[in-house]
Amino acid sequence: MNAGWAAARLGARRGWIELKHSFTNVNDLVTLAIFTGILLAVMLWTRTTTVPGTHFSLGATMMASMIGMNVGFNGLATLGGLLAVEREDGTLLRAKAIPHGMTGYLAGKVVTVSGMILISVATTLAGAFLFSGLSVGRVSTWLTLIPVLLLGLVATLPIGAVLGSLIPNARSAGLLTLASGGLIAISGIFYPITHLPHWLQWVGQVFPFYWLGLGMRSALLPAHLASVEIGHSWRHLATFGVLGAWAVIGLVLAPVVLRRMARREAGSSVAARREKAMLRVG
Amino acid sequence: MSVLNWSGILSAPLTRPAPGEPAEELVLDVRDLRMRYGRADVLDGVTFSARRGEVLALLGPNGAGKTTTIEILEGFRMRSAGQVSVLGTDPAHGGEAWRARIGVVLQSWRDHAKWQVRELLAHLGSYYAPYTAPGRPRPWDVDELIATVGLAGQARQRVRRLSGGQRRRLDVAIGIVGRPELLFLDEPTAGFDPEARREFHDLVHRLADREDATILLTTHDLDEAEKLADRILILAGGRIIADGSADELSRRMSTQAEVRWSRDGQRFVHSADEPTKFVRDLFRQYGESVEDLEIRRASLEDTYMAMVRQAETESGRADGTGRRRLSAVSG
Repeated sequence: MNAGWAAARLGARRGWIELKHSFTNVNDLVTLAIFTGILLAVMLWTRTTTVPGTHFSLGATMMASMIGMNVGFNGLATLGGLLAVEREDGTLLRAKAIPHGMTGYLAGKVVTVSGMILISVATTLAGAFLFSGLSVGRVSTWLTLIPVLLLGLVATLPIGAVLGSLIPNARSAGLLTLASGGLIAISGIFYPITHLPHWLQWVGQVFPFYWLGLGMRSALLPAHLASVEIGHSWRHLATFGVLGAWAVIGLVLAPVVLRRMARREAGSSVAARREKAMLRVG
Repeated sequence: MSVLNWSGILSAPLTRPAPGEPAEELVLDVRDLRMRYGRADVLDGVTFSARRGEVLALLGPNGAGKTTTIEILEGFRMRSAGQVSVLGTDPAHGGEAWRARIGVVLQSWRDHAKWQVRELLAHLGSYYAPYTAPGRPRPWDVDELIATVGLAGQARQRVRRLSGGQRRRLDVAIGIVGRPELLFLDEPTAGFDPEARREFHDLVHRLADREDATILLTTHDLDEAEKLADRILILAGGRIIADGSADELSRRMSTQAEVRWSRDGQRFVHSADEPTKFVRDLFRQYGESVEDLEIRRASLEDTYMAMVRQAETESGRADGTGRRRLSAVSG
């Protein structure tokens, strides 16, 4: 177990190094800037629009929801996609060839993606001054935001790892992004969920995106905005219940699925995937 | 007889292990290894062993099961049947401490593209630190390792900016960063230019000599096998059909040698069972008029081709599906 812990610590180092790589890399920074820019533009554009039934800015609401969305999207799609891509390119096999390398690799990925999430939360919050009505300075804001954030990480990262292990190749990683996008659309991130058909509301409430958005809105928005939510309440108990359930499912499934995936990695499977990918490119 | 296996009558290799060492320590011991995918037998009773410090080359036609064999020994693939011992442990149940004693050189593609060479080697090496053993400090000092594989000029370069040859050197460096007692190399020099190949050969010799590492490599380059390996194994039709030094293999296949000479501007070729005696007679008869004398034993390539062909015919005779089976299986 000693060497295992040592490897987890090395993994944390690995995560930190890779986080630095992605923030000292022009490609990654441009992608991030474009993504953030588009979202910011949408929010600013809707700044003067009000949430139906209130006098509150829709853009400000969206900003709070977006923090939750970022947690969910990175935890599920980014981590899952990275796992699929790095399985294909042989990074995982390298980890497997090293003592406790898989432990280190996974710890590293969790740290990298958590770091990305924290940075995205911080940059979004830094933009909060552009909108009136968001209470960033309140203690109660942070007492809600931090637990929702942490629970959100535990609820999404293991599931992301499971999804990344199950999808067949890097190309299907796009499907993960697409599916997440679809779920985000019905999770009340961009517009109150209560305006969706009833059955879609139920679908949305199964997945973490809705609850992450709700949790972040409850942290950052004035109390009276709860009136536009389902049940006219922030439903903190349900939020922790559903996110907690996803966390349990993920933590139970992840070790089994990851171990199965790791067991099947060998040089020839990487070579076969490389050949296939080359055929697609060529 | 379908298997020409005379490993039992081999004397110790010429150079390694040095006399006085516990030479009989078996690092690899494979007995009757079988691998079956669906209805195809890829490995059909593979048996061989390797002592400490030996360099083994595994040759064989495509689809003969070289990669499968190596992956089973690396613990990356489960076997169907047979006994396998790698450093005294069954690779199917090898733990992390076992893993730390083994080096695997993988063919990289585009992994770790953003990492710098030194940064990556230092990181991957650090996993081996808890496994330092007496006389074998782990990991390898990173700067020394970088110099050893000839990447000193690229230490700060990002992996994606390396040339193909440099990437392969990095692959080798990653494979040996934990100072392995046993190193697996699957087609290590594919895509190397002659100079890089020569440097790589020097490196393999140094690993075997100085680090006392046992090395198992697969290759399609018979010349390389002859230069590097103490022992050559030929895998065909899912079995080891030959096991011995290049010299022993060629003697086994043919006792004849080709003698070429010229006399009075005319060239002669003669196949002789006893070339030494033949040449002695030649000189006795013609004396100083004999010129351009060459004596050639069958090359490893000739031997290899003959053995593989023979094995294929025999397994084809043994069961009618033999040839089809050989060509149907890939990997």
